Order: sequence, then C-alpha cells, then structure tokens
Amino acid sequence: MPRTSSTSRSVTKASPLHARVLKPESHLIEKEPYYEPLGDEIALFDAAYASQIPVLLKGPTGCGKTRFMEYMAWRLKRPLITVSCHDDLTASDLVGRYLITNNETVWVDGPLARAVRCGGICYLDEVVEARKDTTVVIHPLADDRRILPMEKHGELLQAPKEFVLTMSYNPGYQSVLKELKQSTRQRFIAIEFNYPGAALEKKIIMTETGLDEGGADKLIRLAHMTRNLKGNGLDEGASTRLLVHAAKLMARGIAPRTACSGAIAEALTDDPEMLRAIDELASSLF
Amino acid sequence: MASSFPLTEAELDDLLDYLLGPVLSSRRTAAPLARLLAPMERHLQDFVLHWIEIIDRTNYELAYQFAAAAPQGLAQLDIASAEAWIIEAMDTYDREGLYRGSAVFKNIGDFAERSGEATEAVSFADVTQVLQLFVCGLSGRRLVLDTAPRPYTDTETLFLPPRIALLPSREENFFIYKVITSLLWAQGRFGTFNADLEAACAAYEDPGHALQLLNTLETIRLEACISRTLPGLAREMQKLRETNTIDARCASLAASAATIDDSIALLSQVYADMKPMQYSYAPVLQPAQAAAIRKARLAKEKNDFQSALAQLLEEKNGGVASQPPAGERFSLKPADPSAENSSGSYELKLDGKPVAPPGNVTQIMDSILQDLGEIPEEYLVAAGDGGYRQNQRSEHDPADVWKGTYHEEGAFFYNEWDSKRRHYRKNWCVLRELDVHPGSTGFVETTLVKYAPQVTQLKRTFELLRGEDRLLKKQSYGDDIDLDAVIAAYADMKSGMELSDRLFVKRHKAERDLAVMFMVDMSGSTKGWINDAEREALVMLCEALEVLGDRYAIYGFSGITRKRCEIFRIKRFDEIYDDAVKTRIAGIAPQDYTRMGAAIRHLTMLLTRVEARTKLLITLSDGKPDDYSDNYRGEYGIEDTRQALIEAHRSGIRPFCITIDREARDYLPHMYGPVNWTLVDDVTRLPLKVSDIYRRLAT
Repeated sequence: MPRTSSTSRSVTKASPLHARVLKPESHLIEKEPYYEPLGDEIALFDAAYASQIPVLLKGPTGCGKTRFMEYMAWRLKRPLITVSCHDDLTASDLVGRYLITNNETVWVDGPLARAVRCGGICYLDEVVEARKDTTVVIHPLADDRRILPMEKHGELLQAPKEFVLTMSYNPGYQSVLKELKQSTRQRFIAIEFNYPGAALEKKIIMTETGLDEGGADKLIRLAHMTRNLKGNGLDEGASTRLLVHAAKLMARGIAPRTACSGAIAEALTDDPEMLRAIDELASSLF
Repeated sequence: MASSFPLTEAELDDLLDYLLGPVLSSRRTAAPLARLLAPMERHLQDFVLHWIEIIDRTNYELAYQFAAAAPQGLAQLDIASAEAWIIEAMDTYDREGLYRGSAVFKNIGDFAERSGEATEAVSFADVTQVLQLFVCGLSGRRLVLDTAPRPYTDTETLFLPPRIALLPSREENFFIYKVITSLLWAQGRFGTFNADLEAACAAYEDPGHALQLLNTLETIRLEACISRTLPGLAREMQKLRETNTIDARCASLAASAATIDDSIALLSQVYADMKPMQYSYAPVLQPAQAAAIRKARLAKEKNDFQSALAQLLEEKNGGVASQPPAGERFSLKPADPSAENSSGSYELKLDGKPVAPPGNVTQIMDSILQDLGEIPEEYLVAAGDGGYRQNQRSEHDPADVWKGTYHEEGAFFYNEWDSKRRHYRKNWCVLRELDVHPGSTGFVETTLVKYAPQVTQLKRTFELLRGEDRLLKKQSYGDDIDLDAVIAAYADMKSGMELSDRLFVKRHKAERDLAVMFMVDMSGSTKGWINDAEREALVMLCEALEVLGDRYAIYGFSGITRKRCEIFRIKRFDEIYDDAVKTRIAGIAPQDYTRMGAAIRHLTMLLTRVEARTKLLITLSDGKPDDYSDNYRGEYGIEDTRQALIEAHRSGIRPFCITIDREARDYLPHMYGPVNWTLVDDVTRLPLKVSDIYRRLAT
C-alpha cells in the first residue's frame, strides 16, 4: 500500500508513547500552516479549484510545494490526502483492491478513491516517480469528465465539485527517463515554485525557527553560494527547507559551522571535495 | 644486469654513448657523465640508466640533462623522491618545453627543499578542486584557476602559486590558498579593475612602486569588504597576520562605500612615505591583462544582454521579431534597495511591467553589475532586427579551429598514460567532436535490400528478446488476487493447514536498462571494403536495436597526432534513428590514424552521463592503436588504450571489442581482458556477425 498521510500542525495532547491516529479523509487541518506567498499562486489555485481544474506544482525540492498544499487544504477546509509516489506504485494502489476477510473478498478503496469520495484534495507527491501506466489512471479524473473508473470493482466514481487533484513535480533533477508524459501534464494548470527572494526567505527562516536576523542573513548568503554551485557538481542548491533545518539547529545553540555542515553540506552531497568546499564557504561566513 | 658490482667508467661510457648518442658530439662526450656515475652503487646506476632510456623517448636533450644532474640528485633524494623529481621535470617539459624541463633537473636544490617540506606543503593540484567549487560558490561569475609564480587575476582566471609551504601545517597552508583565492575573487567582485590602474600610476615617478602601494591600499579596502561579507574568513585572516597596525590615513578605505577611486585618491597622500605590504602570499596587480580581458568581456556581455532583451521582446510579441514601438522600452530598478548586498537583484521591467529574465540573463546582468556597478541606459536597448547578433553563430565552431591559427579553444583535453613513466601525461590529447559529412541517402536502403532476408530474421530474433510483461503468480503482494492460490489456500485452511499469504499475482516487466555506445574505427586503414562492411554492420545493428529498444549511440574516431584527436558524431543517445543519422552512417569515411586512448576517454565521459544499469562500450576496430608520431604505435599505444579501458571499467562501463585483425590475439586480450573481445576474420560477414555478437552480449 502506498504511504498515505495527512499532516497536522496541531499539537496533540495524547499520551507521549502513542502517536495520534487520524483518518485522512475526515481530518481537517485545524491550525493555519505558516505560508508566505511567493507570487499569485494562492489566487491561481483558488481559481483553478473553483473551475475544477487539476493543478501541477513545479519546482525544486524544499521550496514549499507541500507546505503550500497544506495551506490550501486549510484555506479551503478540505481534507488533504497525500500519496508519495514511488516506482512500485501500481494503479490498484491508487484506486483500490479486493482483500480477503472472513471467507469473503472485500473491496478496499485506495487513497485516490477515498479522496474522490470525500471530496478532498488528493496530492500526488513526486508524481514522475510513479510508473507510467499508473499515472494514466488519473487521466479521466483530470479532465472535464472528472470520473475515476474502478474497473475491478465495476464502478465509476463521479468526483464531487469539492474534489481536486494536485501533483508535484521537480523538473530540475529528473533524469530523461522520468519525464512527465505530455498527455498527463497537459491536463493540469501548472504553478511554478522557486526559492523565495532573499528578504522573504529571511522572514521565513526567522518565523519558522526564531533565529536572529544576523544568522538568517548569513544562512541565506550560504544558500546563494550553494545555488551558484548547481550544475558545477551539485544537482541542487540548498533549499529553503535545509536552511530551516540549519536554523533550527542554530537556534538550539549548535555552533553555526557544525549546523551548516550537518544540515546543509552533508545533506547536499557525499562528494568529499564538494563537502570540503561547502564547509569552507560556511566557515567563511560564520 | 643482475650483478651487484658497479659498472666501470668504461662500461658506463659505452652505455651512455649509445643512449645519448643523438645529443653528443666531439665537444660534448659521455665521458664526464660516466666519471660521475662510476662511483655510485650499482642499483643507483641501474636506476639512472633505466630513466635515461625512458626520458630518451621524450627527448634526448632532456635525458642528457638528467644524466648530468642525476649523481647530485640521488645524493640528496631517496629513490621515491627522485622519481617524483624526474616526473615533475618531464611534466614541465610536456607543458612548457625543454628549457623549463631542464631547469627542473638543474635546480635540484629547489626540488630537494620542497620535497623536504613535502609533508606540510600543499600543492595547487591538491586544492584546485575544492577551491574551484569554493570560488564558484562565492561568485556569480565563473572563474578559472591556474598557476603562476605570484598570485594575480585577470578578472576571469585566478592565478595561484603552484605550491605553498609557508606555515608548519597542511591545514594552515591550505588556508593561505583560501585567503589568496578570496582576495583575488574580491578584486573582481569589489571592482579593483573598474578604473584605469595603469593611468593612475603612470603619473608617479616610479609607477611600479605606485602600483605596489595601490595594491596595498586595495588589499586594505578588500579585506574590509571581505570582513563585511565573509566575517568568518576575515576573523581567521586576522589570526594569520602578524601585525595589525593599519596606517591611520587608510581608515576611510574600510567604509562600505569605498571604491577603487578612493584608493587611487589616497595614493597621492601616501606615495611619499608608506611602505608596500610584505606578505609573502599577497596577490599582485596585473592591470594591463585585467583591462584587456575586462574590455572584451564588457563588449561581449553588452551584446549578449541586448540579444537576450531582443529575445524577450520577441517572446512577448508572440514570436514576431519587431522593432519596439516608441515608448516600449526596458527599464531596471533595484529590487531591494535597502539590502546591503543588493547587487544582482535588479528587477527588469518591460513597459513598466516586471519580466522574469531567464537564468543566463540574470547571470549576465550580475556580471555587468560587477564590472560597471550599474547597467547603463544604452544597454537596455534590445538588439534590433537587422543588427548583427554575435550569438547566432556558435563561438566555438570546432571545425573552424583548424582554418585559422592553431589554438585549443573549445576542445576537450584528456590525459594520456605513459607506461614507461608509469604516470599520466596531463592534458596531453586535444580532442574535438566533429560532425560526419552526410553521405548518400540511398546507402541504407541498398543495404537493407541486399540483406533483406537476414534483416527479417534479425528483427524476429530481437523481437523475441524484447522484455515483455510477465505475470508472477503466488506473490505476497500484487495488483490482483491469484484465484488459484486463494482456492488452494481456502482448501488448506479448511483442512486445518496453515494459510499461505502468497495470494496475489503481480505484473512484472523485465525492463532492459541498457545503454550502448558504439565506437567505430575511422582510420585510414579501413579504406575500401572494411569501411563498407563497417557501415553495413551499423545499418543492421540499428535495425536490430530499434526493435530491441535499447538506447544506443554511435561515434567514429580518428585523428592525427595528440593535438588533433577527432570524434565524429554519428548518432547521439538522444537522437532518434532518422534520415539524418542514416546519411551520417553512409558518410562514414576513412580518415587518419587511431589514437584510441583519447577516444575511449571521451566516449566514457559521454557514457557516464547516461543513466542506465548496464553500460556497454563496443569498439569496432581493424587493428592496433596507432598514431603518426609520439611513438603511439606499439607498446605505448596499447598500454594507454588499456589504461583508458581500465578507467572506463572503473566508472561502471563494460568495454568490448569486435575486431577484424587476425593478429588481435596478441594484444586484444591484454587490452580488453581475455573474454571481452571477438574476432570476425571474414570481413564480408561483419554486418551479420555484429548484431549476432550484440545479441549474445546484451541479452
């Protein structure tokens, strides 16, 4: 089964040994997730949602695509059902399958079918990782038919108007082998994400982690240096997420150079020379 | 030479006469050399003679210089360092010629001194990789690193000393490298060359001294800039410096608004009495070189920027290039004027509306800003329709290189293995990728007609090999229920046995994840029917591979001398098998020689860029590696090729060779390994055999 998750920012009061159990299709995000708009993506998403057009989020890793989805789920007050796609993800993992209980076969909905039934937001994370035949099952759902055929079950699910299909995709590092098919991508409205500008990124880091302004400034400069290295040995520069990680460590009193080495350099690469170079850049700043 | 008695002077004289004959004369005989070598121990004599023989292959005069320097050298160095000394001399010879190469042998003291401190010393080669990345991270502009006796920059290349051994630990010596690199980077970044430095110094009595002083002032200014942008580095630089006293008059240079003009203005005040700084690692200024490069870059970037603007306009107007109507103009405004590091973050506007410049334009803008501090008005005019757009022509058209004066721009450089030295000759081969001149369109059709029955047969065989979906039964996890298994399990359960959990069927696609590179010999010796057979073989192969669906590329190789290795593109991995490829296959024509090492290294590089579980490099060859000069023919070439194949193997590539040379048994097993080659002794059967061999190899 695919990993399905519903993320919650709310603080749980349950016993510390037991994680809270949530039903993705009935759980709503209660607390407003922290999100800084980069452009007019919120308005665009709102309009697409109202027009019942599916949405494709493009952008490098760690730039806020998933956070944006959480924010929109909160804003639209719909449950968010996330499916992390991987190369073993089959069509029945998404739609559903028969299982056997009590001498009987029982149909169990997959996450996509559940999202359609409850009129939620289905978010296919890293969709290119899924096999090509799997991505095709979303086609009837992603155009104006808005139906999910469940062949094995002999049913057609007509999506309610609250349902929206979204998926994310990182055009940067994908190999030529893993490209999104035209027939898939042309069914979506695409919203491009990128790393926020320096001032905005600083604000995000400070709000998320409580790090002081000086530290945040230096982290952002380090991020720009690693982004300069993209294509020169790095596949990606440091994402906003990595900066937040480093800032969290720093805010807890870890020495900045150690924090950057652990949260940024080691996370970006295994190449000893590249590690050394990023460490040198970090030590030049801090 | 098993005896342990030293050779006598007379014996040595004879041997040296033989080895160094070409550079000896009646006035320069082997006798004095023999006299010096005679008292040495036998194993040292053997060592010297052995290396003289090896250096002979490179240059006789260099060998003579070695013989002359050897007694003294071996007295000071142990055998391992002596080898390093010889290799350094030969590398220097390869790079800079006989004079410099001999100098390494003559200045044995220099080398001994350096090798004494070798444990602490850091050499340029040790740090290049890290510093290259470091400086790339620092700057938006791509900078190249190179060596020079005194560090300086021409604004595009940072020249660093070849080695540093000033401080007692490697760590600290590396740090000096880092400091020099940062200072040189700062010279470009903070606009040291944004004024005419030569003119500024020319007015003084001693312009050289003035330039030195200006350098000192600039270093003070740049260190202040560094301490603002890179505080961590500045803190450590502080530790490095012995004295901390900065002339009080220079205090103004530490202000963030200070520019090169302030340094020039200050120069007149301090010229009389200030002493230039005396760090041994301090960079020097080379204003003439920097100015020339800067000027060329400015012109190029202005052009690039304007062309890019024109392209933006074109896109906006829906692909129609048109002169902008009056009033439609680009404008720039700083995106965030409050931020201190606002350089580079300009917002480009068209008709008052912001436009997002593509990544490369942002880079050009950043570079212009570094040079000029702003983007002048006249830059913001899009290049006109009829205007001369430089970038419409590729700057480095490899074919043109040979038409004009010889230079090595736009080429690939590859090391070559010298088996005698047991070291690489660095950047020894200059390789270029060229296009095959397309041949006639009919060739492929004729071939297909000629071999029609075989082609049908071939297609059928390869179709069978194609990975098909297989249904795996009794899986613990799968797409669907395996009814047979469920029934069996149900029965099991009823009879009280354990219930199996393997109740599903899974569709499993046996995917072929394979990339294959064909490297075709295009040497002069293939002329005639070998060439025809090669081309026909490629046609058949393409037919088969198209059926099979494997990714494949075809490149030809040839060349003459190490300065002119050539790789011919026939089909790239990302190209489809279309008419253009077909005419290129038809156009494969015999060229010059076969310097295989460089070709293998280049194709290995191309192949490593492809993502595939299995990577094959298949060579179609007609004989030994061979080249016009440098003794490539014979052992040297075979060993270099072998080394290149070992490198390929290391990067996860499986090399294989198909040859028509009947003597291949003598050298191919050594190069490719005992099983990774095959001989097709009947050339006419090559077209049929190649696909067959591929089938055996890749399925």
